Amino acid sequence: HQVLRVVPQSDEELQKVQELQDLEHLQLDFWLAPRGLGLPVDIRVPFPSLQAVKVHLEASGVSYSIMIEDVQALLEEEQMEMLHSSRQLPLDTDTFNYEAYHTIDEIYSFIDLLVAENPNLVSKLEIGRSTEDRPLYVLKFSTGGTNRPAIWIDTGIHSREWVTQASGVWFAKKIVQDHANNEGVASILETMDIFLEIVTNPDGFAFTQTKNRMWRKTRSKHSSSICVGVDPNRNWDAGFGEAGASSNPCTETYHGPYPNSEPEVKSIVDFVKSHGNIKAFISIHSYSQLLLYPYGYTDTPAPDQEELHEVSAKAVAALSSLYGTKFKYGSIVTTIYRASGSTVDWTYNQGIKYSFTFELRDTGRYGFLLPAKQIVPTAEETWLALKVIMEHARDNLY
Amino acid sequence: SVAMELPPSHFSAARAAAVAVGYLRYLRGGPGRGLELRELRRARRQDIDDVGHKYYLELELEDVLDKDRTVNCTAEVLYHLGSKTSAPDVQVTVQGELRSTEEAEQEFYNRIRSLEKELVAENIPDSHGNVPPELEPIHLLAWVASGYLIWQNSTENTTFHLAQVKHVKQVKRSDEDLQFDYVLLLHDMVSQEVLPWEVTLLWHPQRGARVSQS
Repeated sequence: HQVLRVVPQSDEELQKVQELQDLEHLQLDFWLAPRGLGLPVDIRVPFPSLQAVKVHLEASGVSYSIMIEDVQALLEEEQMEMLHSSRQLPLDTDTFNYEAYHTIDEIYSFIDLLVAENPNLVSKLEIGRSTEDRPLYVLKFSTGGTNRPAIWIDTGIHSREWVTQASGVWFAKKIVQDHANNEGVASILETMDIFLEIVTNPDGFAFTQTKNRMWRKTRSKHSSSICVGVDPNRNWDAGFGEAGASSNPCTETYHGPYPNSEPEVKSIVDFVKSHGNIKAFISIHSYSQLLLYPYGYTDTPAPDQEELHEVSAKAVAALSSLYGTKFKYGSIVTTIYRASGSTVDWTYNQGIKYSFTFELRDTGRYGFLLPAKQIVPTAEETWLALKVIMEHARDNLY
Repeated sequence: SVAMELPPSHFSAARAAAVAVGYLRYLRGGPGRGLELRELRRARRQDIDDVGHKYYLELELEDVLDKDRTVNCTAEVLYHLGSKTSAPDVQVTVQGELRSTEEAEQEFYNRIRSLEKELVAENIPDSHGNVPPELEPIHLLAWVASGYLIWQNSTENTTFHLAQVKHVKQVKRSDEDLQFDYVLLLHDMVSQEVLPWEVTLLWHPQRGARVSQS
């Protein structure tokens, strides 16, 4: 393998480099994707493809430099795992491996199994389809009633935050178990429904598995920009486009051309509006170990700041009680940064008072690449915090 | 001007702490020692006219290879006014002893020096967070190198963490230093960008680490 660096100086050169991205058989690995003129593009090229790539570039007079002469990779643990653990789809949710990261297919299979095993409690809703036409599935946990007050939880809106989707899978199973054993959230389910969207950004998730583990955004292409993706947590209609998001499509916090331009976002907006009775909305991210409430787009404190702060303190104490994991908490704008167009600012402004965002483990040691053995402890401790919020919502319905 | 108390949960305190930890990793880290922030206990900020913003921090640190122990330290981080090219000034005082790593580091040094083929590796940790045990010292040296980059490139509007070692290649030298050429992915929490940085780290068990400026 070699790593080549190209710095496109003209639109023609940029085009030539982009063409390489579509030649799947070359198995190129873009460490730095094409973003614009004058910006470096780093491509890891497997030995068999070297000739083809160099010819492609040289034929159009695109100059390149060889950044790394010879990449001799140690077989990644992941590749070993993929080979050894025969990647069969799960057979039931009891033997499902909650201590490992899974593919979209495996998670969607898990969802179907959970529904099949618990038809009186769990149903699967398709609330829309992603840019690349993947289904957007929400699990509904309900013991009956009609349009009961509800709790919404989403994981995986930023695709590289893998511990969140993995935790979402664990939450789904936990809800079913609590109900079966008449403990934990069973009491909440007597009067409220729970909605859980596990793979909120399936296109991004697929991309992290196949092409770029660090992909955050959706995979939409709006303008004539060569860059792909919108930050789904800047695309909501709350302070949209103001300070705290980027108007540059090539950046990680690009807000998109207009609010709800992303089907992944619009589908949730439509769902929330038509349901009309959601009382708590929790959006889950990683990493940093924070519990956050609105606002992100303004310094003005949320009218319910005091209550939200108190609930956060309780939730964080519950979380910490299990393994000692320390969380900080506060409003988005004072605790992490100014962020406009974010999910819970919109849901809060819709009247969903108990709107929270979590940033799960860790604080930077592994960051997005949290070891799989931390999935279950993370899900377990987070669940304690979620229960505090859910119970508070149930006991303080409005 | 007087130093104002900051709530430790405020983002500006967290950013200054990340700079202090980066600096400390560069100074005191090694293949046998990875320093991590356990808790930011206290933060104050002072705006100094015509100079910049100075943060006074009380930190509790742990060595990731010895998590039962922690060590306290104080740090001062001065971000220079309006300066995009100047690194923050950092001073750190560690109170107490860091665990000795002489033996482990000497063993690592001997192992690498005796390799016939130069070590090459990529994606540490891998997508699932795995780090093969024999690569853990290389991972910790990447922390040292990233500590330097984080210290040198931080501003009040960035919070850098090492996201992944994309690639590392050992370069055999005629002198006694070990040399590792790294491509490191740094994640900036504020912009959310994950960008590669090339850095060459030299390391010697007695002389410690330094980033090569070539």
